[in-house]
Amino acid sequence: MTAEPDGPEDRLRRFATIWSRAVFPVTSTSLTRPELEERLLPLARRLRGALLERGFDAETGKDVGAALVDTHCTDPDALSHSLDCVDAYLVLYCGEDGPQEDLRNRASRLQHAMAAGFARALRERTLAEQETIAQAALRAQGVVAQALHSSEARFRAVFEGAAIGIGIADLDGNVLQINGALLRMFGGSEQTLRGRRVQDLTHPEDAPQTWKLYDELVRGEREHYHTEKAFSRPDGTVLWTNLTVSLLRDADGNPQYQLALMEDTTERRLLNLRLRYEATHDALTGLPNRTLFFERLEKMLGAGEGKRFGLCYLDLDGFKTINDSLGHAAGDRLLVEVADRLQSCATAPGEMVARLGGDEFVALTTGPDTRHEVDELAARIMNALVAPVSIDGRELTVRGSIGIVEGPAGERSAAEVLRSADITMYRAKSAGGNRFELADPEADARAITRHGLTTALPAALERGEFFIEYQPLVHLGDGSVRGAEALVRWLHPQHGVLGPDRFIPLAEHTGLIVPLGRWVLEQSVRQAGQWCERAGGAGPLRVNVNLSPCQLTHPGLVQDTVDILERAGVRPEALCLEVTESALIGADDDLLKPLRRLAEMGVDIALDDFGTGYSNLANLRRLPVSVLKLDRSFTQGMQQFPADPVDLKIVEGIVSLAHSLDLAVTVEGVETGAQAEQLRILGCDTAQGWYYARPGPPDRLHELALVDATG
Amino acid sequence: MERPAWAPRSIDISVPSVSRIYDYYLGGSHNFEVDREAARRAMEFLPGLPKISQANRAFMRRAVRYALAEGVTQFLDIGSGIPAFGSVHEVAQAASPGSRVVYVDHDPVAVAHSEAVLADNAHADVVAADLRKPREILHSPQVARLIDLDRPVALLLVAVLHFVEDADDPYAAVAELGAALAPGSLLVLTHASYEGIPMPTERAEGAVDVYKEIRNPLIMRSRDEIGRFFEGYDMVEPGLVPMPRWRPDTAPEDEDPWALSGFAGVGRTA
Repeated sequence: MTAEPDGPEDRLRRFATIWSRAVFPVTSTSLTRPELEERLLPLARRLRGALLERGFDAETGKDVGAALVDTHCTDPDALSHSLDCVDAYLVLYCGEDGPQEDLRNRASRLQHAMAAGFARALRERTLAEQETIAQAALRAQGVVAQALHSSEARFRAVFEGAAIGIGIADLDGNVLQINGALLRMFGGSEQTLRGRRVQDLTHPEDAPQTWKLYDELVRGEREHYHTEKAFSRPDGTVLWTNLTVSLLRDADGNPQYQLALMEDTTERRLLNLRLRYEATHDALTGLPNRTLFFERLEKMLGAGEGKRFGLCYLDLDGFKTINDSLGHAAGDRLLVEVADRLQSCATAPGEMVARLGGDEFVALTTGPDTRHEVDELAARIMNALVAPVSIDGRELTVRGSIGIVEGPAGERSAAEVLRSADITMYRAKSAGGNRFELADPEADARAITRHGLTTALPAALERGEFFIEYQPLVHLGDGSVRGAEALVRWLHPQHGVLGPDRFIPLAEHTGLIVPLGRWVLEQSVRQAGQWCERAGGAGPLRVNVNLSPCQLTHPGLVQDTVDILERAGVRPEALCLEVTESALIGADDDLLKPLRRLAEMGVDIALDDFGTGYSNLANLRRLPVSVLKLDRSFTQGMQQFPADPVDLKIVEGIVSLAHSLDLAVTVEGVETGAQAEQLRILGCDTAQGWYYARPGPPDRLHELALVDATG
Repeated sequence: MERPAWAPRSIDISVPSVSRIYDYYLGGSHNFEVDREAARRAMEFLPGLPKISQANRAFMRRAVRYALAEGVTQFLDIGSGIPAFGSVHEVAQAASPGSRVVYVDHDPVAVAHSEAVLADNAHADVVAADLRKPREILHSPQVARLIDLDRPVALLLVAVLHFVEDADDPYAAVAELGAALAPGSLLVLTHASYEGIPMPTERAEGAVDVYKEIRNPLIMRSRDEIGRFFEGYDMVEPGLVPMPRWRPDTAPEDEDPWALSGFAGVGRTA
């Protein structure tokens, strides 16, 4: 709209400008003043209309007052400035030519109406805004409450649904709240815990620091603690838990509640105990095993000054024979019975019996006077073994050898103590068994060498430390070499060449004799084959190989021998197996069967060391033997001339008996020409000894010395 | 269990709120007596607080129009407070109806009120979040729904940074927000300062103390310190200036001297 200068429109605009300038400083609108002027212009126009209209209507004033509030002129000053402006300029700029007094009157009434309209609008706006902000605050509170509620609901779900037990108590220990899991752990009765005090939940197994930690926590000196704790269930059983207790503080940091989280570890603990039991006990006998025994022994040995210990190391005599002849089931029953009897021997506090393995048992005593007690313990054990054990209707006599070690704690390791006991036990065994011996450092030292050799044996066989020497067997009739006895030697890296007497018993004991014996047999048979080849058709050279008792009972003996002969292409007649008389004493048919098989094949069997074992001469008929080897003790009396007439008579008798049973006689230990001559006259068939040759390498078989070795 | 970061323990309307105090300065009645009481005490020291607030609103209005003129139609207004007359969405959507606006405030009452005001506005929404945790703002569903961060955004931090203490590292928060913005975005910022206040600093400190008492400390920063918020931005003419001097629509002689307190500026990301 274009305004004529000083026309009505221009004058109206000027009024609006003045009005906006008056009001703008007291508004808080973000409009600029010209923008505000644009908003006021229509209001000014309405005021002019009301001023000039034929009929006067004060309502317009109210509308304008209300419109001011809508334009965010809410400050009371905005009203007063507006009224001032209307009062001073409305009639002046918009009154045109009307009657001044009437116009002024109308302007005045418009002001009253504007004030009323402004006041009402402001009131309504204020109330509306108060209402909306209150609503907003309520909604915000609702949102927070809902968040809290869902947080609480989630917490409750966690609390109730947790697999772990949760309980809350106040700082006086009153249990306030517990969840289902905790209730179930305690056996499901609400009364168990409700209304009880934490301090009442003691248990005899509580660790000493448990309640100290508790006190620190409720005093606020500790934020949490963790412990393993037992509780008594109402039914009397024990609940074991992993317990974590935390201190809950209020917003200001003051201690308020205690929160307990517990995990039921009862089952796990039982399982652990069981696993521990299984790991520390022998499944067969139920006795403590090696692990537990060593634990106890080590604890004992570390017990400190003034404490002493006594230990009996028991190994059953001849258990292997029982196991081999009656079977493992019988052997096991025997062990169980022995275990029971041993258990009854060690019932005093501080005494224990354990099974180390096989037929080895130990009994430990830690009483006040072990020197005396350990002897008594050993005696009780020997006594307990006296009564025969009945297995499958057989009465088995059980004997054992015991090595005793007694001494102060803190001097030796458990392994050293046990080795000493082991050595001592062997001493008892080699003294005939069925006895106990007391450890003695010197004997130990000797045995330790033995022990060293024993442990070195298997590797020695692998490393090829053994070799074989051959001692010629000479026909007494014509002085020709008919064969040789194979004698195994050990070229020990430290001890040099060791004879069979040093290691064969050890190999016997460890069972290594079986592979060692097989090796000797192989080597010797191969050697016999070579001799035969070299000799052409000039009659076979026979090799004599010793069989140990252990090999004799080995089930593979026959097959092994056959295999070895076949592989070497050697006829059975070229092999003679020497078996000691003692190994065959009391031999039953089972034991003789393999020998018989071999003899049937053509292998000669010689009865070695004949005359030392109180043999039943009548028994000779039963044995599949073709050669008797007279022990050297019979021929010693013939080294000098004239020979001992008694010896002569005995040898003569034996030779005559042998020949009448169709057995050849070989004599050992021939050291002089006189001896040789005498034995030839007595009818002996073959001889060996230093007079002819010492044992030597196979290629020197025919180099006979024929020099007296004595003197 | 962790409660959502924004959710206060409770709504305590007996504690004054800076957004409702601001509403009172602007002549609104979206406030309670505690707010008015605090506002009146602050005004005893700084009677021009309403004028300063009004100048903030006027600057914001000009800055929004400037952004629209520059083609920026997405607005992220952090510290939006109570949506009184002349809010961003009113200004922006009046000029450009498709404009997108997301308000952010950590005052749950302000948020609830904003939700009510915006209930029927498809292109505007509010996020309950805290400027000190920019990630919660940027990853909010409202921002995801309304703001395309691959296009320029006007980030409004009007009269809010002076409520963030140095310990909460406002510079890092602004930098993190800025890093999320596409090139051509605008940082619109005002900040309180002792510089420009038409009265001795000692007296103005009384008002600062009032804010301290209501546990919403007002941090006055120097022009240089405020300028550091714009590091990495190109300043839009006329730079960081008293609010009425930033691209005024009218001759500055109309302005109340109180309006010259503090600084305003707009920066553009490269």
